[in-house]
Amino acid sequence: MKDVSFAVADGETLGFLGPNGAGKTTTMRILTGFFPPTSGTVKIGGLDVFEESLAVRRMIGYLPENVPIYGDMPVNDYLDFVAEVKGLDRGARKKAVGEVVESCGLEPVEGRMIKRISKGFRQRVGLAQALVGDPKLLILDEPTIGLDPQQISEIRSLIRGFSGKKTIILSTHILPEVSMTCDRVAIIRDGRVIATGTPEELSAEMSGGSRLRLRTNGSAGAVKERLSKVAGVLGLESGSAQSGLMVKVERGDAVQARVAAAVVQSGWDLYELSPITASLEDVFLELVTRESGPSEEEEAE
Amino acid sequence: MGNFWAIFKRELTVYFTSPMAYAVLVIFLLIAGYLFASSVSYYAVVSLEAMQNPDMAGLNVADAVLNPLFGNLSVVMLLMLPALTMRLLAEEKKSGTFELLFTYPVRDIEVVLGKYAAALAVFVVMLALTATYQILLVYLGKSAAGVAVSGYLGLFLAGAAFLALGLLVSALSENQIVAAVVTFGCLLLLYLLGWASNMIKSDLGSVLTHLSLMEHFRNFSHGVVDTVDLVYYACFIFFFIFLSLRTLESKRWRG
Repeated sequence: MKDVSFAVADGETLGFLGPNGAGKTTTMRILTGFFPPTSGTVKIGGLDVFEESLAVRRMIGYLPENVPIYGDMPVNDYLDFVAEVKGLDRGARKKAVGEVVESCGLEPVEGRMIKRISKGFRQRVGLAQALVGDPKLLILDEPTIGLDPQQISEIRSLIRGFSGKKTIILSTHILPEVSMTCDRVAIIRDGRVIATGTPEELSAEMSGGSRLRLRTNGSAGAVKERLSKVAGVLGLESGSAQSGLMVKVERGDAVQARVAAAVVQSGWDLYELSPITASLEDVFLELVTRESGPSEEEEAE
Repeated sequence: MGNFWAIFKRELTVYFTSPMAYAVLVIFLLIAGYLFASSVSYYAVVSLEAMQNPDMAGLNVADAVLNPLFGNLSVVMLLMLPALTMRLLAEEKKSGTFELLFTYPVRDIEVVLGKYAAALAVFVVMLALTATYQILLVYLGKSAAGVAVSGYLGLFLAGAAFLALGLLVSALSENQIVAAVVTFGCLLLLYLLGWASNMIKSDLGSVLTHLSLMEHFRNFSHGVVDTVDLVYYACFIFFFIFLSLRTLESKRWRG
């Protein structure tokens, strides 16, 4: 891994997006102090992960990728054990375990052996152990991997429920997950962070401005000619009859208004004028499949 | 030290919720009981003979029953104790649970000592259950309290040493079977090191003898508590626990 540098603000949810093998898990392990970084530093809450490992570990709740929890313990005993090693005393432990059992919906499996519960519940126990002791920072490595769609949406809504209250760093290779749960995204490839920003920013950046979809009753040639004179319009492509005309414009609402005015002033009927933003999927595929482009760009910045 | 207790309790619970502790306990007690019964009945036969034979006047319970019993028990321990230590750290590594364990605010030393203490506790239970034999001997009017106490001290120290070595091997291996086999092999080698002195008559021979687990156990089973032996076992245990700790720490420091 090289040049991985990012900051997460309090209460923010950062999504770590990348294809398998890009270095997501390694990053998570370095963040939690499980792997030492060969160079560079990680600071959580102002403390160096490496130098003040114990203090940092008190602040974080970690859910590793394959949910390595003890199968040979009942769920509530396990959570009690976790609460104890996280330094909670007897009374606080009972309360803390009760809270996470409730917030993760673990009541149905409370007394069962972990190796006998379903994968969905196992994942929730994993999340519960990260939450025990109310850590400020949650680090979740692929929290929805291997679950069925309903379980995935349950886990996601659980995670969304914490946004604002806790700082969350989660890694995933599933795109909708990021747009659904995260405030900010860092895209990682080959051990490098190649882009960061809100999902919207990334989309906008990608398309280099925004695009508008325009449908009118004017003939394509005339419309093109008229619009190319409007300030802020960067280019035009004609699409099919249904999709209308694609107008590439500078960012901002002013251009959109000018385009609308131009169409109407020319006496055409305006059926549709809507902005098209690149989906996160486009951004991701673009960034990840681009061979050499992005790294040069990054260095230039 | 709160975390030490948390680890200790968890390990102990796992021993007794899995068949492991029961298997080791039952087999150990079965063999120990057999060894005790056979040496007592042998003693009964021999002492009948001794009534007629003045050459055998020195016959007593300590030499005829306890000494061989303790010697045999130490060999049985050598066979059984690797089964107690093999899973301690190897299992955590295999199942990945140590990733979580080491991202909790737990010191490595608390993990090492907690796990070691849990194995030691199971072993102490094992040993304590064989103390019933001594009660039987008292009931038969043939007790040899001094030898019994020193013998048990010796067994305890030897067992604690076996477990410390097993802990280190478990920290080094990811596979429980490998951990058990290597532990057993190392212990047997250290146990039999004393034989080397028969073949090597130089200083090296005496060094090897002093390193042998068996040589230091011998005094205890004869009722002699020597500080040399106490120091030997204390160093042995400390050394292997220390190495286990370093092994765990190295996992975190390797770049």
